[in-house]
Amino acid sequence: MADTTLAYAQADPHRLRGIAHAAVAHAGPAPKRIVTGFGFWIFLLSDIVMFSCFFATYAVLVDQTAGGPKGAELFDLRRVAVETVFLLLSSFTCGLANIAADIRNRFWFQVGMAATCVLGLAFLYLEAREFADLVARGAGPTRSAFLTAFFSLVGCHGLHVSAGILWLLTMMAQVVAKGFRADIGRRIMCFALFWHALDIIWVAVFSVVYLLGSKP
Amino acid sequence: MFGKLNWSAIPIDQPIPMIASGVVALVILGVLAWVVLAGHLPYLWREWITSVDHKRIGVMYTLLAMVMLLRGFSDALMMRSQQAVAFQSQGYLPPEHYNQIFSAHGTIMIFFVAMPFVIGLMNLVVPLQLGVRDVAFPTLNSVGFWLTATGALLVNISLVVGEFARTGWLPYPPLSGLTYSPGVGVDYYLWALQISGVGTLVAGINLVTTVLKLRTRGMTYLRMPMFCWTTLASSLLIVAAFPILTATLAMLILDRYFGFHFFTNEAGGNVMMFMNLIWAWGHPEVYILVLPAFGIFSEVVSTFSGKPLFGYRSMVLATMAICVISFMVWLHHFFTMGAGPYVNAIFGIASMIIAVPTGVKIYNWLFTMYGGRVRFDTPMLWAIGFMVTFILGGLTGVLVAVPPADFLLHNSLFLVAHFHNVIIGGVLFGAFAGYAYWFPKAFGFRLHEGLGKAAFWCWLIGFYVAFMPLYALGFLGMTRRMQHYDVPEWRPWLLIAGVGAVIILIGIIFQIMQLTVSIHRREELRDRTGDPWDGRSLEWATASPPPVFNFAIPPDVTGEDAYWSLKAHAKQQGLEKRELDYKDIEMPRNSPTGFVCAFFATIMGFALIWHIWWMVAAGVIGAFATFVAFAWRDHDEYVIAAKEVARIDRANIEERRALTSLAGA
Amino acid sequence: MNIFDPQGPIAAAQKTILIDSVGIMLAIVLPTIAAIFAFAFWFRESNPRATYQPHWAYSGRLELVVWSIPTLTIILLGGVAWIGSHQLDPARPIDGTGAPVRIQVVSLDWKWLFIYPDQGIATVNTLTVPVGSPLDLELTSGSVMNAFFIPQLGSMIYTMNGMVTRLKLRADNQGTLQGLSSHFSGDGFPDMKFDVQVVPQLQFPDWVARTAQTDRVLNAESYGKLAQQSVETVTSTYRLEDPRLFHAIVTQEIPPGPGPKLTSESAQSHIGGQDVR
Repeated sequence: MADTTLAYAQADPHRLRGIAHAAVAHAGPAPKRIVTGFGFWIFLLSDIVMFSCFFATYAVLVDQTAGGPKGAELFDLRRVAVETVFLLLSSFTCGLANIAADIRNRFWFQVGMAATCVLGLAFLYLEAREFADLVARGAGPTRSAFLTAFFSLVGCHGLHVSAGILWLLTMMAQVVAKGFRADIGRRIMCFALFWHALDIIWVAVFSVVYLLGSKP
Repeated sequence: MFGKLNWSAIPIDQPIPMIASGVVALVILGVLAWVVLAGHLPYLWREWITSVDHKRIGVMYTLLAMVMLLRGFSDALMMRSQQAVAFQSQGYLPPEHYNQIFSAHGTIMIFFVAMPFVIGLMNLVVPLQLGVRDVAFPTLNSVGFWLTATGALLVNISLVVGEFARTGWLPYPPLSGLTYSPGVGVDYYLWALQISGVGTLVAGINLVTTVLKLRTRGMTYLRMPMFCWTTLASSLLIVAAFPILTATLAMLILDRYFGFHFFTNEAGGNVMMFMNLIWAWGHPEVYILVLPAFGIFSEVVSTFSGKPLFGYRSMVLATMAICVISFMVWLHHFFTMGAGPYVNAIFGIASMIIAVPTGVKIYNWLFTMYGGRVRFDTPMLWAIGFMVTFILGGLTGVLVAVPPADFLLHNSLFLVAHFHNVIIGGVLFGAFAGYAYWFPKAFGFRLHEGLGKAAFWCWLIGFYVAFMPLYALGFLGMTRRMQHYDVPEWRPWLLIAGVGAVIILIGIIFQIMQLTVSIHRREELRDRTGDPWDGRSLEWATASPPPVFNFAIPPDVTGEDAYWSLKAHAKQQGLEKRELDYKDIEMPRNSPTGFVCAFFATIMGFALIWHIWWMVAAGVIGAFATFVAFAWRDHDEYVIAAKEVARIDRANIEERRALTSLAGA
Repeated sequence: MNIFDPQGPIAAAQKTILIDSVGIMLAIVLPTIAAIFAFAFWFRESNPRATYQPHWAYSGRLELVVWSIPTLTIILLGGVAWIGSHQLDPARPIDGTGAPVRIQVVSLDWKWLFIYPDQGIATVNTLTVPVGSPLDLELTSGSVMNAFFIPQLGSMIYTMNGMVTRLKLRADNQGTLQGLSSHFSGDGFPDMKFDVQVVPQLQFPDWVARTAQTDRVLNAESYGKLAQQSVETVTSTYRLEDPRLFHAIVTQEIPPGPGPKLTSESAQSHIGGQDVR
């Protein structure tokens, strides 16, 4: 019995032949930074799935204006372009802050984060103005299914940016209080991933909602 | 001040919910009083409530599932008895109650029984099988559990304060919209699921990361036990599908709270969109549940046959195929919408294709038994019961995937019988098999065999007696969710189904007895070897229950069936006497984050349901503050000294060695 | 209501497909179940005659078989599904003897309204059709989603507000059938059933003429009363005053049903209950 079991233990019972060994030996658990970053990527993917639902809904409802205004009558592309510039710039400054964190330079980190925050707030301000204008014109989210989908998709992104700013401020405070500890470094990395992902989603919003929607 | 909430929300004039909730409240208060008076509170707080240990969290998930199973099953008993008596009469449950009961039954059984049961087992076992010390994000794991518990709590609060949804377990609009369901029932449903959905998503992300990034040395993908593969597939489905649920429910919330027009009849809203979205989550959801069960059966069948799993490659391929295809079949839930022959046929065929990998799995388990030495312990009984039952469930499932057949059977009791056939016969039997199989690992003693077998037979027979009549009723044209009826041909079948429910009840009583008897006799049922079933994977390589760090020295995997080959090696050469090189171990510190966060989430959820806006703000701020406080901690790990590790591990090895030499003599 | 006792060509064909599919699947399911019992029994630990092969875990040929059995079955069944979906599509016209009868179906809370636009009549919770004629149904909902189903005629179909689904049926034998709602729609749902009178072709015009003599009139106003949530225990008939009524319901010119009456803010948890009994 012992012989046979041993023989088995060394054989290749599932006939994987090269497959298992071709993947080289697995070195063991990944370091924490990799694990955290990877996990956060997975979260971002799930967030993108959620956005894709709102995009899909928007695509279904875009023509359901119920006699109300269409996108082309509502969108102010100039304002949205400025919003976009703010958000893209904020991604750049966020990247700068991230580099500063990597070389552990507190001053430039705080400057970069503050700039990101200001640009993000400017973006949110413009978006809030747009929403307020629409509601004032009687084109609020309850007007038609199209506006429902529009406000939800853009608002969902705006909500993410707001949460991001809350997170950003927390990170700034944390670096002031605790410096660049390893776990704080990982959080900064996750925050940067989050902020860039919001940018990517905004590019999709800008193209699908505003650019396509402005066609008369 | 208190939004829509006032005293009339408490149904004092309705005896059934009042008595039921009174009893539950008394039990809870009794347990709490006992815990406090007997001085167990510090222990519970320290070792369980704030624990970030994946084994403890896994146990708590499973416990939650079992408690909620009792709630969900009492709903089932009420439904069965109502339908048994409500022939040409109103029965004893008026529609507004009966409709809440079947809605709550479905919601509870899927979200708060099946989900926590499989997630609990995955949490408990996967890090052990991978040979690592914890999951990727231990504190988030605790947050995920407590958020799930919050959802369960909110559903139960609805029993006493207000009402639950009366729309079925998936609240199809416009019935679930504000016009047709103005009460708080749907809101309870929505917020309970939103909050617990976040918890599930966190668990999914955690498990994906754990399987992909935390495996011990040498544990390549194709050496992972099948349960790890199915966990990976199931967690990937959670990550991809649960955001859809979150988005869909968010849209319904916006409709109900702010008058948006996603799914309303008016202003261009689209009801069909809800059905598409909810089933784009809902169909993967059933595979989220059943894939881990497949993994459990793979482990159980192989262990109790004393053989490696037959066709491992096929199994991996089949698992991943199911994972992918499950996203392409959602439309089969509404063939009767009149979408046209091409759409129906394509989705029908896609749905059937899933039966191919599933069939392969059945054959692989079958051939795993071939040439084995099959031991009929309780887990194996569940496995064989599952194989037979699940084939029937698969048959009826493929049948309703044929659109013309579905035109006759959709929404009938045939359908109800089908999904109970796969969920009880697949998921629940799997969960029970895993419960019996890994219980000794979690607690260090086995469950009582005799009572376990009695419970199995009652469940199996009860299942057939309860659900085969429902197939017949489907053929007789009976639709689901009928509070009363006046067709005499239906009556006898419903009476038989009622008897089946009682047999299942006896099975559950046996399970409760099994647990109490086993705890009582834990010394004679003690498992000192850490390997009570002659197991094959790494969870059996450590003590039962495992030390907090799982493995004193991370195991080094050199082949498939890692522990089996270690054992074979040891039998050949004797246990190694070599002095092991112990090192300090860093473990994550316990944290009340999960519990406190869930506390605030409960407040927030309750306040949102009743439109108490200041309380919503308080809940949100509290939850955010909890996370900030957690982030501010200076030490999130503690060190177990090498000496301590050595002491624990040597004691364990000594015990095993003594037992082995005893067995040898 | 037995679906194995079909009274029309659609239900009969669907029954055939149902039985054929089960037969095809049983051909592999039964041997598999037998093999499970046989293997488990023969390879039990206490059987000394069974050979233990602790390493046997791979056989390429067997795996090929294992993949091909379900695949072949599904190919066969897929063919059945493809052909069946096309031939039995609910909207596909069917032939029959006599002139087609157009019926407009509206599901309400909680009753069925059947409008015969060509005959100028309407009925509630009862449907009368001539035997053998093709029935041309257009369906919609006056409130929540619902499903129209006459088990012995086959092809259940959803009704949704603001939309029209189409269904073609035929009843081949005289007699009384039962129809019901097969999608949960609220408190009065179990009482949403109707009887189907299949009458001889020659009697149908008589029935129409008799029904048209009723003094009750269906127009937007009386429809508004019907659309209130209630359970109708008796069937009723109407003379159709407004032939565009169905169109008005579908286009939401007539708004969807009002839902439960809010007696008071606090009584929410009991809403609907009183209306039912």
